[in-house]
Amino acid sequence: MSTPLLMFLLFIAVTLAITYWASGRSKGASAYFAASRRVTGWQNGIAVAGDYMSAASFLGIAGLIAFQGYDGFMYSVGWLVAYLTVLFVVAEPLRNAGKYTMADVLAYRLNPRPVRAMAALSTLTVSTFYMIAQMVGAGALVSLLLKGSGVTFHGAVVGVGVLMIVYVVFGGMLATTWVQIVKAVLLMGGTILLSVLVLAHFHFDLGAFFDAVTRVTYHDKGVEVTKNFLQPGLRYKPPYGALDLISLGLALILGTAGLPHILVRFYTVPDAKTARISVVWAMVLIGGFYIMTTFLGFGAATIVGRDFIDSHGGVNMSAPLLAQAVAGDVFFAFISAVAFATILAVVAGLTISASTSFAHDFYTNVIHRGTERSPGEEVRVARITAFVVGAIAIAIAIVLGPKANVAFLVGLAFAVAASANLPVIVLSLFWRRFNTAGAVSGLACGLVASIVLILLGPGVRGAERAVFPLENPGILSIPIGFLGAVVATLLTREPAAEQRYNELLVRANTGLGAERAVNG
Amino acid sequence: MGAAARLRIVYTTVHRDRVMNRDGSPPDQVPSEPPEEERDLTPVVGGWTDVAPLAAHPAHERTADEDAPLADWDRVAAMPAFRRLIARKVRFVSAATVFYVVYYFALPVSVGYFPRFMDRRVIGPVNLAYLFALSQFFMAWLLAFVYVRVAARFDGMSREVLAELDVQRGGR
Repeated sequence: MSTPLLMFLLFIAVTLAITYWASGRSKGASAYFAASRRVTGWQNGIAVAGDYMSAASFLGIAGLIAFQGYDGFMYSVGWLVAYLTVLFVVAEPLRNAGKYTMADVLAYRLNPRPVRAMAALSTLTVSTFYMIAQMVGAGALVSLLLKGSGVTFHGAVVGVGVLMIVYVVFGGMLATTWVQIVKAVLLMGGTILLSVLVLAHFHFDLGAFFDAVTRVTYHDKGVEVTKNFLQPGLRYKPPYGALDLISLGLALILGTAGLPHILVRFYTVPDAKTARISVVWAMVLIGGFYIMTTFLGFGAATIVGRDFIDSHGGVNMSAPLLAQAVAGDVFFAFISAVAFATILAVVAGLTISASTSFAHDFYTNVIHRGTERSPGEEVRVARITAFVVGAIAIAIAIVLGPKANVAFLVGLAFAVAASANLPVIVLSLFWRRFNTAGAVSGLACGLVASIVLILLGPGVRGAERAVFPLENPGILSIPIGFLGAVVATLLTREPAAEQRYNELLVRANTGLGAERAVNG
Repeated sequence: MGAAARLRIVYTTVHRDRVMNRDGSPPDQVPSEPPEEERDLTPVVGGWTDVAPLAAHPAHERTADEDAPLADWDRVAAMPAFRRLIARKVRFVSAATVFYVVYYFALPVSVGYFPRFMDRRVIGPVNLAYLFALSQFFMAWLLAFVYVRVAARFDGMSREVLAELDVQRGGR
């Protein structure tokens, strides 16, 4: 049996043990959806970081920097600064005024049924697109990493899908939280070790390291070129490069605060103050991680080289191949297992946020107008949804196949979160006049604008046939989302929503009447 | 102890079998069945299995505690202590937000529109573009740290609001 496979199995055994332990502690809605709200600040901080640092960031960013230098690092920056929006605007009010989902805060003073229906649709869109991107990536990666042990793309996709269903269905939020924590610790450990080894390769001389980065040699269409990888503009070129960078920045710093799987994490802590502390913990980890992408990405560019990566699995293999180059096969196996853990944990987080939203927002509150017909029905529906969502994601990932270009799906998830979710969250918290029509229209406009612009953009149609020239639609779709919300609000009057604004304001800022942690 | 809390206790004692957790799940300890010989064979009505969860209680079935609104929201919103809290919060958050948004977007704008200038070497081989990107991390950490310090004051202010509210309500 190969070493990578052995490490994969070890991780799976540990996480299944966690799930078994958590399954006995996940009785009741608050326990299942919000881990009884007893997760501590640092635990939730690590879990937020774990939920956030997806395979796209670990493998994707390392590869992007290894291939396109500085422009890849721009993602790293945006991914951390985004947490200031989470910290200042959403984390505390959400914890104080909500129960299980993003829509709870919106439904407070607005007409709950239409708002929850739209919010659930947007949540499910973001989660499933993001999940499919992760699944296809996982399948391709796992079959590549485990080449020789007989694991195929289909086998890998089904394996990942089944595991995430098991975590979520049996272990609920508690198991998901601890899977995130284990994964985040592994990821940080692996990244620190890899960074130190890269520096050791340059005899701990930062000057020598950056010197090498300014002279990276590789073959482009058979011609040998030498480029300065610290130089901006290798990826985002004129005429639209600068706009694309700004648009990307907008989607990142506004989208993070609208990602459903990040938002639900703030319901797992006892109070708003702990939610705040957990954001700061997350920022320490996430910032540290993304600074180290410097060593991962540039290390792969200088030590392994673009040519070698190209012929050994492509851009996403940069980090594992770097591990192999600096420390041999066992470390390669370890980094591969970390990548696998990363994917599994993120899809589990996405599954639970999608199923919570469906069960709590759509099933209980839209269809049954806020009542459970029998005790525990909401949790039962969520478990079934988790199963169905997982099965659909497996099916779609298999249909798309390993060669599918899914990078745009991650961009789409951020664009929808920034253009549909964030505007309505912000307006409902800060604008007394905001009403139901505005929320529904804002969610719909942001959702449609992001999807249409991505479909017309170069990510889907290719650079030549693109109708919309930018890869990242945020610069246009975010204003459309805000505009849709504001215009529809101004066209209608809803005195009840304005009257209840005081309640939301007081609850969000004092924590009066906030959901308590439960003993369990 | 306020009237509502007393009522709750009376209610709880009389209707032990109807009390359930806040989220509508059955209570942790279900009253155990009495031994066969002394069991009352009157059909049990109102056990947790045939009572709708809290949210579905019709108005006449609610306990006093559930019925009482948590607070008069409009009055709290008008309290000077609360207004001060909101004003302080809005001032800090808006200033901090403007700062980090400007600082952050200065990066893609400068890198996107002035790539030559940003490519100037500053420390050895390291150029301005990389250093500016790196500085964003420290900016974010610093701002988060400052916010945690400031927010501790907000917490104190919101505790004052709640304390004042308790006094007004007669120590409930």
